[in-house]
Amino acid sequence: MAEAGIALIKIAVVLGFVLNLAALLTWAERKQSAVIQDRIGANRASVFGLRLFGLFHIAADALKMLTKEDHVPQTAEKFIHGAAPFISFFFALMGFAVIPFGDVLRVGGREIPLRILDLNIGILFIFAAIALEIYGSVLAGWSSGSHYATLGGMRGSVQMFSYEIAWGVSLLGIFMVYDSLDLNRVVLRQGDLLWGVLPKWGIVTQPLGFLLFLAAGMAITKRVPFDLPEGESEIIGYFVEYSGMKFGLFFLTDFVLTILISALLATLFFGGYQLPYLEPDGFRFPWGATWSLDHYTVVFLQFVALVLKIVFFCWLLLAVRWTYPRFRYDQLMDLGWKVLFPLAVANVILTGLVLTLIE
Amino acid sequence: MEQLIFYSLAGATVLFGMLVVIARNPVHSAIFLIGALMCIAGLYLQMGAEFVGGVQILVYVGGVMVLFLFVIMLVNVRTAERVRQLSPEWKTALLLAGALSVELVYLVLKGPGVFATAAPEAIPALQGNTQNVGAALYTKYLLPFEIASVLLLVAMIGAVALARSRMD
Repeated sequence: MAEAGIALIKIAVVLGFVLNLAALLTWAERKQSAVIQDRIGANRASVFGLRLFGLFHIAADALKMLTKEDHVPQTAEKFIHGAAPFISFFFALMGFAVIPFGDVLRVGGREIPLRILDLNIGILFIFAAIALEIYGSVLAGWSSGSHYATLGGMRGSVQMFSYEIAWGVSLLGIFMVYDSLDLNRVVLRQGDLLWGVLPKWGIVTQPLGFLLFLAAGMAITKRVPFDLPEGESEIIGYFVEYSGMKFGLFFLTDFVLTILISALLATLFFGGYQLPYLEPDGFRFPWGATWSLDHYTVVFLQFVALVLKIVFFCWLLLAVRWTYPRFRYDQLMDLGWKVLFPLAVANVILTGLVLTLIE
Repeated sequence: MEQLIFYSLAGATVLFGMLVVIARNPVHSAIFLIGALMCIAGLYLQMGAEFVGGVQILVYVGGVMVLFLFVIMLVNVRTAERVRQLSPEWKTALLLAGALSVELVYLVLKGPGVFATAAPEAIPALQGNTQNVGAALYTKYLLPFEIASVLLLVAMIGAVALARSRMD
């Protein structure tokens, strides 16, 4: 019984964090783009004259989406049309189940591993979830019974499986270096120090893998410069026939995926919840200084470290979105198949060579 | 509990498999096939083969089926719906299916031990599932593994060659 309760609390923490951050990102995106484009941005929603930098727009947007008419076109396949946004949203959220947000929490003689699922195949679970997430957009495009939507869904499906390959192969190097698919083990091994000073983070051991993963990950989120499946303002995408909260779910899925990619970048390449020189009993600096902390402080600091890393990468992905123009479709395919994929394979071979030479 | 999960997954697999054939709309068929493949992945997970289960979803559902759907969407599906569902060769098919089901029922009734299978080997104490699969593929089954990869490479080059000659 207690086990189930703990699992539920963990799910609530992760889900609450992700959904709240996703909602905040909708606001951050508007505000950040306004700053980048020298505008003022969302500032109209006010409660009793209080504007709070437009933060009320999150609630206003949600209310608007929920109360809008849910229009289903006559030519649509009703069931699939209704199910598609939920498929997208559900599987995008499922990826967070294996992301570790701490090592173990010891409370009252009980050891709680700080992740929802302890899976040996860790990252494969996330890949599978993302693979299933694609179906949301593909089926949405097809079931709308509109040519624009269908074309959008088709663009989406091709883009997704082109980039998923480069995405997966770019991570192989990480798993060769850290010798596990289990994300927590990868994070724990990133806590080691290279030459006694440098934390052995993924960015240090796999710089090329990081760049490839970042580029392919942006394509997975289906946002500018990779937003060919959507292209709200010009080419229209798979969700053209959606309105109300069903559209809202697709909209949120992109932000949830942005957070998922950020969490993966933080976990795999930036030490996850590790802080440099923070051991389970406190800081131990390489120059000999120590600062001992109790268990709860360490766990809290690690959690905060992970959150800050995730927020940083969310900011980076949003900034990229407002900096670069959209690719043309042939450029998109060329980038995926002729640049990212060969480089990812070369990265694997190089990593293997270096690992064999070190041994 | 374990048996309950097994039978519900197995039953769902068979049901989805039948629906793949019965469904009139090719996209519906593809969706049911995704369901069947996912149930099979569930069966792998239940057997403790996490790696195979994960790869099943990744490769079949995430790769192969997306391509299937893409091709179905590319071809006009609305015309395919009007095609007659029953092939003119249904009598031959029925005969063959009947013979196969008699064989299956016979084997099921005879129970395990019909086929002489080797006793399962003790799984070496490595870190986990993935490591076991990798070790087996690269030591004991290296030759078949490499032959399979060469075969896939040949198929890939063949497909590219076919597409190129069409383009010129």
